[in-house]
Parts: sequence; structure tokens; C-alpha cells
Amino acid sequence: MRIDSEIQVNQVGFTETRTPEKWDLIIEPEAQWWNIHLRDIWSYRDLLWLFVWRDFVSVYKQTVLGPLWFFIQPLLTTLVFTAIFSGVANMPTDGVPAMLFYLAGTTPWNYFSTCLNKTSNVFIANSAVFGKVYFPRLIVPLSIVTSNMVQFGIQFLLFMGFFVYYLAKGTLLHPNWVGIAILTPLLLMLMAGLGLGMGIIISSLTTKYRDLSFLVGFGVQLMMYATPVIYSISSLPPKYRMIILVNPMSSLIETFRSIYLGGPIPWFYLNISLVTTSVLLLIGVLIFNRIEKSFVDVV
Amino acid sequence: MLSRSLYMPDTAIDVDSVSKLYRLGEVSTGTLSHDLNRWWHKILNKPDPYAKLGESNDRTRGGGSDYVWALKDISFDVRRGDILGIIGRNGAGKSTLLKILSRVTSPTSGAIRVRGRIASLLEIGTGFHPELSGRENIFLNGAILGMRKAEIDRKLDEIIDFSGCERYIDTPVKRYSSGMYVRLAFAVAAHLEPDILIIDEVLSVGDAEFQRKCLGKMGEVSRDGRTVLFVSHNLQAITTLTHTAILLSQGRLVASGPTSAVVTRYLDGLKVDSPIYNANSAPDSPKVTRVEVETSEPNNIHVFGKQLKVRFRVNSAEPVRGLCLSFQIVSSRQCPIVHIWTFDSERPVMRDGGEYEMTCVIPNLRLYMGSYTLKYFLSEPPGGRMFDSVDNICPFEVVMHNHSREFSWQPETCAYLECYDWNISKVI
Repeated sequence: MRIDSEIQVNQVGFTETRTPEKWDLIIEPEAQWWNIHLRDIWSYRDLLWLFVWRDFVSVYKQTVLGPLWFFIQPLLTTLVFTAIFSGVANMPTDGVPAMLFYLAGTTPWNYFSTCLNKTSNVFIANSAVFGKVYFPRLIVPLSIVTSNMVQFGIQFLLFMGFFVYYLAKGTLLHPNWVGIAILTPLLLMLMAGLGLGMGIIISSLTTKYRDLSFLVGFGVQLMMYATPVIYSISSLPPKYRMIILVNPMSSLIETFRSIYLGGPIPWFYLNISLVTTSVLLLIGVLIFNRIEKSFVDVV
Repeated sequence: MLSRSLYMPDTAIDVDSVSKLYRLGEVSTGTLSHDLNRWWHKILNKPDPYAKLGESNDRTRGGGSDYVWALKDISFDVRRGDILGIIGRNGAGKSTLLKILSRVTSPTSGAIRVRGRIASLLEIGTGFHPELSGRENIFLNGAILGMRKAEIDRKLDEIIDFSGCERYIDTPVKRYSSGMYVRLAFAVAAHLEPDILIIDEVLSVGDAEFQRKCLGKMGEVSRDGRTVLFVSHNLQAITTLTHTAILLSQGRLVASGPTSAVVTRYLDGLKVDSPIYNANSAPDSPKVTRVEVETSEPNNIHVFGKQLKVRFRVNSAEPVRGLCLSFQIVSSRQCPIVHIWTFDSERPVMRDGGEYEMTCVIPNLRLYMGSYTLKYFLSEPPGGRMFDSVDNICPFEVVMHNHSREFSWQPETCAYLECYDWNISKVI
């Protein structure tokens, strides 16, 4: 071991000038749990928009039908639901036209499940980029949640089309206009937060325990049945209602349906969802922040 | 504010006893239990049971633990405007150090303090999306590298111009040739205007023009008073481009100081694969059993202009008529530079079988600096059988040590240097 005298000279020089705020960047082992570098994320906000824009543009460039897929997919699902659950199984739809009923469930559900599915493999899907260059990793799941809003917007238009059609036809709907105006964006934010929170928790865990990723698709499928997407809470026996409503997505879907098609807003459970979402999001961001520093060594 | 700028310290990077612990082997098996165990030790305030301290990073010796120190207590600092060379064998920890510096991974202990923006040329083309046009990818890639959109807007014309892809700038990059792709990517990276530029082995992958651009950019950057970290296996490039260097070996900082001293230290410590080629099977036909290159310095290093010997052992059980032996010296780009031969008709050999030693002496090897290998041919005269031919053997490196000129030696400028004389007279 031979270290030149020059190094020692430099280190003396260094001690003289040691004032922490003069450094632009300090790379250290592991930041404290609560340090989530919000400032960093803010300074990379342009990247967030570019990712959103990239997702949007690349989808349009790659497919012939382009954005039409966003219509076709929910339309087909709704038709199948209508045929099977309403037509064959004869499940009640609260006196609302079946098409409209299922669309009111699948539109928000699709947004949530896409957010969850896509954010849950952020680390694995982006390992090539993450392994080469630093930027706040949270930018990627944030951009996924944001760009999915475009898809949601398109499906929402489809839903609105049917909604307006049935209204004009004189079908008995009880839209809560105030609720629509105030709660629609709020519900969207909650679904985004919930999908993001759950997704980044899963993506953080999959970097170490890879088998989890197989469970995600399956789990989301199961979760749909534990959420009033194809049925309504009121059609359930009262003893099961609480179990279903504990699922944070349930009150969101139920509220969405209530404000457009009429029905009581489950305020209590909506508040619980708000709390659950906040907690999950917080835990997710903390874990994600922790994992992003070391995952390159593991993946 | 004024007093601060007056006292502006000129340390650009301060690396303070940085260590990095890696886990070897299959990562996903047993980690849950390891994690729990480690967590339990942490609660009891005991040391990490999986980190065997003091074990060094030696690939050739199997360690007793699954954990290995890729870097151990590395401390050095770089002054602003310096070009620092980082050398070391494969696995010495160079890439790990760069990964930590570019924040892709974090150190296990220690800290690095940095003044200014870091960019590294190992990130070329990261995040390019094949469906998007060149222009769109400039924005995307630039933002990934940390540029603001306004900044890219401002430099857009310059970047497009530098890339030389104006005509295709609105074509999806999936239709680009690989050369265009790299040029565009490099153009973005080159316009980052970093305060600290990290250059990895990129120089060894691109084409000659690209390498020149990289080197040119490096010189330009350092002239602007910015800092460069240069990692390379190419010792010649390190010696010509940097003044100070550090040497990493098995995750430790072994030497630092003036580049020439560090390079000498590195060469001393090199235990390279022997430059000797040995045929492994018993010959049933005439065969070269052994080839040895005798370079002027130890460890396969040959100084330009000195005598080089190539020694062949040729074996044949039966008499051979008209044996021809020849060999080529092949550059690292697989281009044969020299062809040397001996024929039985000129120097009789092997007419009664047996083992022969045939030594070729090149009195002053005029090959330009670089890495070379040998390829030999053993055959009968034209129209006859080819007995034996093997390539990529006896690697050696030619260096320009002790040869100086006003311009520094640049790699890949030529294949060899001719002997010459000038006559210069005034005509008018």
C-alpha cells in the first residue's frame, strides 16, 4: 500500500474548506427514511412530462388503430359483462341500464388496475436505464400514473356518451351534479394515489423477491371481484357489505357510480379510503426511496 | 457572496473512505431469511453476520463468504480542471467507483462530495425510444441526463448540427444506422456542459472517428477548466491524456500521483497471462507445439523500436518436404500488419522429422503503439496441405515509452512508423 504524498496534501486542503453547504452533491450510503428528495423530483419535472408525452406518442405511432383501442377494450369488456352477469346470471344493476352500470364500474377500475399493473414492475422494466444513469426513480411511476389519465379520459368520454344518451332517452337516473363536479377529480386523484402506492410497494419488493411479480396480475384480477365493479354494494347481504367496503377501491367505485347514476355516497368508507390511500402512498414512497439506491446491485 | 467566491475551493470531487459491499452468487435465493437474520442482528446491535471484514476482492481465489468488498476505503480527491486517470485490472473496482459517482448505486460506507454537475459518457443513448424521431429523442435523452427542457430548446440546433443527422432528424431512430444512432446520442451527451465528465471504456467500442470525437471533447472540456475522470485499459491513452492517476487493485487504492509513476506501478504488478502459446494435443501431423514472444519489457510490454523475438517449436514425427512457416502480427482491430515467413527452399528444415526451434528476430519493431496478437500458418508449398494455423495467440502491447515528440502520441493514428530522413533547403 503506497499512497502518494499528494493525496495527503489534498486532504489537508480539504479540511480547511470543509463547509457542507458548498458541495453541490453528497453521495452517501443510505439516506434517512424520511428523506425523499422532493427537491430532486421537482428539478426533474420536465422529464416527467417528457415521459408522459413519450408514452402517449409511442402508443399512437405503433398501432394502426391507435387510440381506438382505448375505446374497443372497455366496450368489449362491458358488452361481455352485460351479456354474462346481467343477461345470463341475471344480477341486479340497481335499476340502471346494464351497459351504463358496468361502464360506471369498469372505467374507474381500469384506470386503477392499469396504474397498479404498470407501476408494479417499474424497477424490472427500467433496469437498463436505471443501471446507467441517475434521475429520481419516482419520476417513472409518477409518469405512468399521469399518462394513464389520458387513457382514462378517453374511456370516460365513452362513459359520458352513454350517460348523456340515456339521460336524453329519459331513463331514470339521479345524477348528483355537485358531486360530479367536485368528486370526479378527487376520485381520480385517490385512484391514482392508491394505484401508485400499491404499485411502488410491489415493485420495490419484486426487486428482491422476484416471484411476487407473478402474483400481481392474478391479485389484481381477484381484487376486482372484491370491488363492486360488476355488482353494487346494495345488492349484497348487509353482513358482507362491510368486508367489501374495507377494500379502499370499493368506496371509490361506489361513489363514482353514485354521483353519476344516483345512490348514497358512502362518506365514512370514502374517508377510510382516503386514509388508507395516504398511508399506502407514504409507505410506498419511503420503501421505493430506500430500494432505488441499491436495487442495481440486486436486479 | 464575494468572500465565498474568493475562497472558492478548487476541489471538484472529494472521495472520502468509500467502500462498497457486494453479495456474490444467486441473489434471489435465501435473501428473505438472510434479511431477517441481518435485521435481527441489527436489532441486537451486533455486526452484520454476512459481511466478513477484511476479505479482499480477488476473483481468482474463492472467498469464504458470499460477500465481497468491491471497493474498500477509497479516498482521493480531484481538483477542478484536473484530468484524472483511473486504472486497474478487470474487477479492480473501477466500474463500481464510476457507478457510485454517477449515483446509479450507493456506497456501503463513506461519502463522496461533488461540486458541479457530473455527466458520464457511459450513458450514451440511454432511454432512446425507437419509435420516436431523432428530434424527439434529443429531448427525451437530454432530460434523462438532467437537462431542463428550456436548456435543450436552446441547444437544439447546435446538437442537431453536431450530430450530422439533420436530414433524418424527424425520422424514427429505429430507422437509423448504428453509426447515426451513436452520433446523435453522443451529440446530446456532448452538449450537457458538465463540470465533471466521466469517460469509461467507451473509447474502445466506437469507431475511430467516434473515438477521436470523444478524445477531442475531453481535451475541450479540460481546457474550459472542467474536470475529467478517465477510465481506460488503454495505458497509452491514459499516459498521454492525464497527468495524475490512481491505481485500483482488488477494490483498494494502491497508488496515486503522477500518471507515469502510477502506470509503472501498474505494469509491475501485472501478472498477465503468459505470452506463450502451447499446443495442447499430441501432434499426429506436423504441428507448431509452442510459440513465445520475447518482448523488451516484462509482462508482454514491448517498447517501440526495440528488438522483438518470436520463437516457434515445430514438431513432426515424419519427414516433411518443403515446409513453410509464416506468421502475421495482427492489430487489435484484427487487421494483419506484418507478415513474415521462412520456406524450406530458403532455409532447409524438418527434412528428417523431429522437433525444431525456429526463432525470428525483428531487430527494431516499428509497429505503432497498440495491442497485437499473432497468427501463424504451417503448410506445404503452394498447392499442398495446410498443417496447422492458429490465431489470436501471444498477445503483447507496444508502447511509446521513452519516445517523445512535440505532439503527444494519439492512439490509432497509424499502424507503424517508417524510418525516414528529411532534406530541407530554402528555395526562395
